[in-house]
Amino acid sequence: MTYTFNEIQMAEFNRLVARYPEGKQKSALLPALHLAQESFDGWLPTELMDYIASLLKIEPIEVYEVASFYSMYNLKPVGKFIFEVCQTGPCMISGSDDIIGYIQQKLDIKPGETTKDGVFTLKLVECLGACGYAPMMQVGKIYKEHLTKEKVDGIIAEYRATVTK
Amino acid sequence: MSEQNLFKVTIDNITIEVPAGTTVLQAARLIGGQVAPPAMCFYSKLQGSGGKCRTCLVEVSKGSEKDPRPMPKLVASCRTTVMDGMEVKNITSEKVIEARAGVVEFLLLNHPLDCPICDQAGECHLQDLSFDHGKAETRYEFQRRTFKKHDLGKNIQLHMTRCILCYRCVFTADQLTNKRVHGILDRGDHAEIATHIEKSLDNEFIGNVIDVCPVGALTDKTFRFKNRVWFLKPMDAHRDCPTCSGRVTLWNRGDEVYRVTARKDQWGEIEDTPEGKPGWICNTCRFDKKETADWIIEGPREISRQSVIAQGHYAGNIGTTKPTETFLAVNDGRAPHLLMDIHDESEVNQPNIHLGKIQGPSHGETFNTNNTHKA
Amino acid sequence: MGVKLLLDKANVPGIRSYEVYRREGGYRSVEKALKEMNPESIVEEVKKSGLRGRGGAGFPTGMKWSFIAKPEGVPRHLVCNADESEPGTFKDRYLMEFIPHLLLEGLIVSSFALGSNDTYIYIRGEYAWITDILEDAIKEANANGWLGKNILGTGFDCNIYVQRGAGAYICGEETALIESLEGKRGNPRIKPPFPAIQGLWQRPTVVNNVETLAAIVPIINLGGDEYAKIGVGRSTGTKLISACGNINKPGVYEIDMTISVEEFIYSDEYCGGIKGGKQLKACIPGGSSVPILPANLLLKTAKGETRYMNYESLSDGGFATGSMLGSGGFIVLDEDQCIVKNTLTLARFYRHESCGQCSPCREGTGWMEKILYKIEHGQGTIADIDLLWDIQRKIEGNTICPLGDAAAWPVAAAIRHFRDEFEWHINNPVLSQTSNFGLQHYADPIHVPA
Repeated sequence: MTYTFNEIQMAEFNRLVARYPEGKQKSALLPALHLAQESFDGWLPTELMDYIASLLKIEPIEVYEVASFYSMYNLKPVGKFIFEVCQTGPCMISGSDDIIGYIQQKLDIKPGETTKDGVFTLKLVECLGACGYAPMMQVGKIYKEHLTKEKVDGIIAEYRATVTK
Repeated sequence: MSEQNLFKVTIDNITIEVPAGTTVLQAARLIGGQVAPPAMCFYSKLQGSGGKCRTCLVEVSKGSEKDPRPMPKLVASCRTTVMDGMEVKNITSEKVIEARAGVVEFLLLNHPLDCPICDQAGECHLQDLSFDHGKAETRYEFQRRTFKKHDLGKNIQLHMTRCILCYRCVFTADQLTNKRVHGILDRGDHAEIATHIEKSLDNEFIGNVIDVCPVGALTDKTFRFKNRVWFLKPMDAHRDCPTCSGRVTLWNRGDEVYRVTARKDQWGEIEDTPEGKPGWICNTCRFDKKETADWIIEGPREISRQSVIAQGHYAGNIGTTKPTETFLAVNDGRAPHLLMDIHDESEVNQPNIHLGKIQGPSHGETFNTNNTHKA
Repeated sequence: MGVKLLLDKANVPGIRSYEVYRREGGYRSVEKALKEMNPESIVEEVKKSGLRGRGGAGFPTGMKWSFIAKPEGVPRHLVCNADESEPGTFKDRYLMEFIPHLLLEGLIVSSFALGSNDTYIYIRGEYAWITDILEDAIKEANANGWLGKNILGTGFDCNIYVQRGAGAYICGEETALIESLEGKRGNPRIKPPFPAIQGLWQRPTVVNNVETLAAIVPIINLGGDEYAKIGVGRSTGTKLISACGNINKPGVYEIDMTISVEEFIYSDEYCGGIKGGKQLKACIPGGSSVPILPANLLLKTAKGETRYMNYESLSDGGFATGSMLGSGGFIVLDEDQCIVKNTLTLARFYRHESCGQCSPCREGTGWMEKILYKIEHGQGTIADIDLLWDIQRKIEGNTICPLGDAAAWPVAAAIRHFRDEFEWHINNPVLSQTSNFGLQHYADPIHVPA
């Protein structure tokens, strides 16, 4: 499979590269990978990383090295929505274990797995900087905070509704 | 070099003058012996290397003549440049000895210790390091780390479990080849050397990653399980190579060439050519020229007497000279670490006793009765 | 009510927009700095203010600024560290989310002082919506002439760009942040050279925390001397504290560093006491990497003096009986919390976030996590406690960057103050799976009912 940015995506890519001085276009790698991940299937297949490498005129290995370092890039296929639940200290003392257990039970998946219908992926993550609003999780760009079991039910229903339509 | 550019630095009470810009490690290597800190990741021929493994940590007890304050933490000697009047403690610092033992333990934590089947055994820097600075036992009781196996092609064998992430091979690929295809993937304790796309490494200079690897993570596939290095005789040889200097060490048994490596100096680094350039060798010389007829043999390679490879070789006067120095001279005036004075253990060990004069076969009893040392 | 310099306008409706912000007196410091002052005099004011870096290390900002090299013809850069990832810390998020123009205002003045024409905000990747807020604010500032070419007709050009990280705590370390900004793995660099000499793209660079840069605004408006009058000793000005854990009112508070820890926890103006009427067991006062303190040492120092919310008082007694103000991530643990489990989650965090470059951190963090996991799950031995102590000691100070120390300190402090709880866990492997050790001797000495 080959990947190509459409016009809007390409304009955004060019805007990102233009922030850096001449010859320092590699600096745009992190934002470019975010753009690539969001523009296609929510993860980074090798061909997509190679495409970014060719756009930035760097070696593919430089992209693989970076993509595998940062936890926000998915190197394997993921569900349409990723529940990234924080499990670090402050969230833990505020009851994140219960929330994680509840989501597992509710979606019948373990951390790192995707539901059979491909809608939800559960990911346990480390501190997201919402300690005062714990327990919490991130879904896409959005922080879902002060989680309770009822809230989790609502969130699952909300996202499921967007795909069944 | 003018006078002003020479800095005086004292390492383990030995003072030496070195040009400004010299690192503590390089200065210590000029002194030599045990004063030189061990280095697992630093490689003087690779720009940007060093600082990562933390085995070369030293204590700076005096920053410089101008600012004599000691440095608050131990510093990586490979990446710290000397200042005029600096005083450094390496083996004379308890802190350094302890920290270094800690680093060795960390490096060995997930190391498989498969030396008996490792082709690097006998020339492995991690073996030397553990022997010199490590402890006999590990305190690690968990399962050791494993990785998915990756194939790097027909010439280079990767054993990721042995890797200590020194990054030397990455620098080598960056600086010697025009296109790097392998790198460090993932992060933390699961960082690994890989290509991500299961590609073979085939640049004509990529074979040098084998020579720079301090452990058995990257070894010569054409030599895999063929022999132990200490059974082979290293011979310096050269050929007229259009790609590289063609100056190599052949590792022979009888007339058979088992493997070809670059020539390495006493720090395990590639030797410079007479023109003063690093003597990297090409893949053709390394992997394809395995006939004696391919080479002009110069003579036996001098091997450090401390190396296991030297055992049993050149016992006569071929190439090496029998040591005449006393231990104190070799060791720059420092007495050796005395583990046990055998003369105290038993009279049979006294130089004036001729073993042949002892009546009958000697056995444990002989030693015990003669042993005046124990009650 | 204490003095508020940063969040005083945070509750004004619409303060996120340029118009309201400007109407409320925003961007005055840019006018003053660019028209009435020069870079040297700004650095001088910052020095006078006594402002210390708000990211955690507390290094004097003015001094950091004065180190920047100024080689002829080489551009310099200011980089804003918005990679807020220290567990317990969410103050920068609050500031950027609600008053983004305050950060931009501080950035423009600071860029002028440091001679940075291209200034970057490196924000943690997860704060994606804040990136949008900042980009909108930058557009507004550009449209109103506070950014771009020839700002206020002074000839000073400045652009601000926001770059998102992608999930790596280590990128909060300034050289790892620079590497990441260059599009590389977030491996901290080996120092020297320091960023002030060779930073972003090998150019002289200053990296400052969001709150530090925002504090430049009141320093310019009030003058360094006036700013220094707020607070106490070397803890000048105000500090944002993000309070979380088992308290009634978690959130971000601006304090003037003269209030006591007790007041901060129990007064209704701040945390509002322990949730559910429970008792205070322990607290990590400055983000997860600083030493945890049991209640008795938190509210009073070892000498029996009241402990205050400032740099000096929180570190009174060193690591033996004190802690640090750090990044201001104030994590409160009540009587039902298990110290072993808390330490385990923090150890897991540091193992997960280690970049893997240097051996003590790469190997040591994982080892500590495994041992803590064993103890937490009832399979530990007493010797494991001593082993943990020895491992943390061999990590601390021996790594390339402070992440090694940050991983070692929480383990060390937990053992130092709560060794009996670790031993109880080990000696009661079954019981410890279902119940907690409770308070014991380190209970809150003030609020325990007689």
